[in-house]
Amino acid sequence: MRFAVVQFPGSNCDQDCVHALRVLGQEPRIVWHQETTIHSDEGVILPGGFSYGDYLRCGAIARFSPIMQAVKAAADRGQVVVGICNGFQILCEAGLLPGALTRNEGLHFRCETSYLRVENPASRFTSHYLTGQTLRLPIAHGEGCYRAEPDVLQALEANQQILFRYCDAEGRVTRQANPNGSSLNIAGIRNLRGNVLGMMPHPERACEAEMGGTDGRGILLGAAGIGRPI
Amino acid sequence: MKAIVTVTLKPSILDPQGEAVLHAVQGMGLKEVKSVRIGKHIELEIQGGDETTLKKKLEQISGELLSNPVMENFHLDLRTGG
Repeated sequence: MRFAVVQFPGSNCDQDCVHALRVLGQEPRIVWHQETTIHSDEGVILPGGFSYGDYLRCGAIARFSPIMQAVKAAADRGQVVVGICNGFQILCEAGLLPGALTRNEGLHFRCETSYLRVENPASRFTSHYLTGQTLRLPIAHGEGCYRAEPDVLQALEANQQILFRYCDAEGRVTRQANPNGSSLNIAGIRNLRGNVLGMMPHPERACEAEMGGTDGRGILLGAAGIGRPI
Repeated sequence: MKAIVTVTLKPSILDPQGEAVLHAVQGMGLKEVKSVRIGKHIELEIQGGDETTLKKKLEQISGELLSNPVMENFHLDLRTGG
């Protein structure tokens, strides 16, 4: 499966995603936001950045880009869609994932390495990991505080849609380990069908040892449909 | 004609900006202020068009683009004349 990496005006992690995918043996296709086609054999990555300058709300304007009609149609057909950071915000705005991402509780832009607890390895995005495994992935965002109505949060838990929670180095999910105030320490969720992933941390920045770690590789490999080596 | 859309965070959503401003306001001596909520004020200049149709469309735009119903409420005020 090939990935289409969407470029919005203001995206700044698109080339990081392309690089990471190449490191993992994939050759992605860059897709400009004015384009209207996602092929039926493609997965989609909505990369991080500040699409449309984050004007109005993060992801609010990107959602109405021509390419997003095709991304929605691809998601409806069951194709893989991954939104990272700003991409997660766009997926929420577009209604492909529930909830919304709001201003970090402490108001600060948090640019650091975060620890994530893998909550559910029974998804294509987490099949390379074990339940409770702790990953080290970079975060870099000012509006990553995940919010949803109580019934939506309950449904996310009940349906095991929460894939990653912020935790400390020992894997404990605590308030202190939550960098942005997200409800239930949520760092990443999937849709009910299991083909759409949204996460604030950046797996594409953790695919090479010389870049500080390789914990993100499994997420991108899993998204690409490459299973865990036995 | 002018449309004024006011977007506010739902009461259940924490407003960290408002909290920070509240602390500053209280720090300036106004202890009576108990809460600050920050929203957006959006003005749209409109020329021509049928008011009923416009209102319907503006309601839709306010709900789908100008605000996010997950976390925000909006109030639409359509002002005719000067």
